[in-house]
Amino acid sequence: MSSLAQPETAPVARPSSGVRRVGRLEPAALAGVMSRDVAIFGRYWKATTFSSIVQPTIYLLAFGLGFEKFAPHLLHVSYVPYVATGVVATAVLFSSAFPGMFNTFIRWQFQRTYDAMLAAPVDVEELITAEMLWVSLRAGVYGVAPLLVGFAFGLAPEWGMLLVPLIGFVTGFGFVGFGVTVAAIAKTIDNFNYITSAVLTPMFLVAGTFFPVSSLPVGVRQVAYVNPLYHCVQLVRDASLGNLGTADLGHAAVLLAFALLMWRLAIRQLGRRLID
Amino acid sequence: MAPGAAAGRPPGAGRLGAAGSPAISLRGVFKRFGAITAVNGLDLEVPAGVCFGLLGPNGAGKSTTMRMLTAQTLADEGTIAVLGFELPRESKQSRLEMGVVPQLDNLDVELTCRQILTVFARLYRVPRAERHVAVLRALELANLVPRAETIVKELSGGMRRRLLVARGLIHRPRLVLLDEPTVGLDPQVRQELWSLIDGLRADGVTVLMSTHYIEEAERLADTVAVMSAGRIIAQGTPAELVRAHAGEQVLEVYGPPERLAQVGELASEQGWSSRRSGPAVAIMRAETLDGLAPEGVRRPANLEDAFVALTGEEIE
Repeated sequence: MSSLAQPETAPVARPSSGVRRVGRLEPAALAGVMSRDVAIFGRYWKATTFSSIVQPTIYLLAFGLGFEKFAPHLLHVSYVPYVATGVVATAVLFSSAFPGMFNTFIRWQFQRTYDAMLAAPVDVEELITAEMLWVSLRAGVYGVAPLLVGFAFGLAPEWGMLLVPLIGFVTGFGFVGFGVTVAAIAKTIDNFNYITSAVLTPMFLVAGTFFPVSSLPVGVRQVAYVNPLYHCVQLVRDASLGNLGTADLGHAAVLLAFALLMWRLAIRQLGRRLID
Repeated sequence: MAPGAAAGRPPGAGRLGAAGSPAISLRGVFKRFGAITAVNGLDLEVPAGVCFGLLGPNGAGKSTTMRMLTAQTLADEGTIAVLGFELPRESKQSRLEMGVVPQLDNLDVELTCRQILTVFARLYRVPRAERHVAVLRALELANLVPRAETIVKELSGGMRRRLLVARGLIHRPRLVLLDEPTVGLDPQVRQELWSLIDGLRADGVTVLMSTHYIEEAERLADTVAVMSAGRIIAQGTPAELVRAHAGEQVLEVYGPPERLAQVGELASEQGWSSRRSGPAVAIMRAETLDGLAPEGVRRPANLEDAFVALTGEEIE
């Protein structure tokens, strides 16, 4: 051991030197937490990639076969862009809300990973922000998969599609924050069933994903308007089909506000549980 | 294990804070969880450069105290300073320079040894250029070089504990917190960890170790503080504690249960400090006993005697 070269400078600065002042949301802390996520991702990226391709394929095949039987003349031309863009939003929802709930709960309660990290120079705000950033970056990237599958089904490429990863990222940031908040409040991991069935499933159906919101009764339609996923669907669809307009600024504003709100809420709720 | 693996740094050189200031200082600290008061007016000062043992039975508040030093538990009252930084406000700053080895294994089971150490090297801000060497050094420290690419799930319990220790030392901290470092380990692994801890002290690293193993405290600690019901009830070197609370000699009287009961009665009549110790009654300060002393075996008093005399609790 003693033969090893010792670094010229100590890895950490002395307090007296005042060289290293730690602040809020330090990039080094965020990168450190995310490097763990990257290492873990290295172990399961194949499964994630597989499902992100297969799922939209199945949706497109199923809707294609189903609709052709019922209304071949009506939907033959338009179901692919409609469903492909709808699946982008559902992919983003599930790839962010679920990790938000399950990964958070498991790492915090079962593996105690968060306890280990908080003993290092990382604070709660950095830990949760980094975890949320990682999940939403991944959701943004994988959210593009349904469009790629859509190309194989005849979807036309469009410049606006380049915005889709960004839309997916912002939406994913909101939903992972929602998941983290749920995990912080949940007593057991089984509690997530309530959220999945009573919140996420209706949210995913009442968002204009597979059928237009305009076909819903007025009361239900109101619900769709406060559903962040609805705004994600609209924005993705307008960007991907070349229909961006002023209304999309509104959709973007809702998604940003949702992301910001969930970020602060997640930090507050989980922070309360992590630090006693 | 390779004790002294962090060699190359003269003891304490340039690593201490302001001269003479303690590494850890707690004053009037209280922590309550509902109706339970886990820490009850704790005053504790750990000088820089020593191995300090926090000895106490389970439930004495040792782990809560440890968590407060990383600001993962916040005190209800009192002041805490670590490495000259005021907690909780400057806790992150102090955590840069200290390593923590928790009681519960919180390793990432899906990652390899190297991956875990690399992640923590980043979290502890080891500069990129030095990270590789730091990880290698930690692997050597933990005797895990051949297991560098093994995922944690496949390591034995002893290996996991060594990795846990190495993780807390990746950044060459000047203060290390060890919470029950050898609980549940077999004697050989325990010996390995002891020599590692001893090596840290030899390098001038301040060590605060909580334990409920008397032998561990006796062997390793320069100073021992006995904690009971959330506060420090005695403090000193192991030898001082023994002398002050158990005297020089202990008289152990063996016999059938009736005999032991008799001896116990005699002891309380005479105001001798005594305790049941397995198949015997042990009477402290045997050197001061007069002619009334029953027949028995005299042996030097030890830290366990002092501990039991102090806390009134038997220990495993």
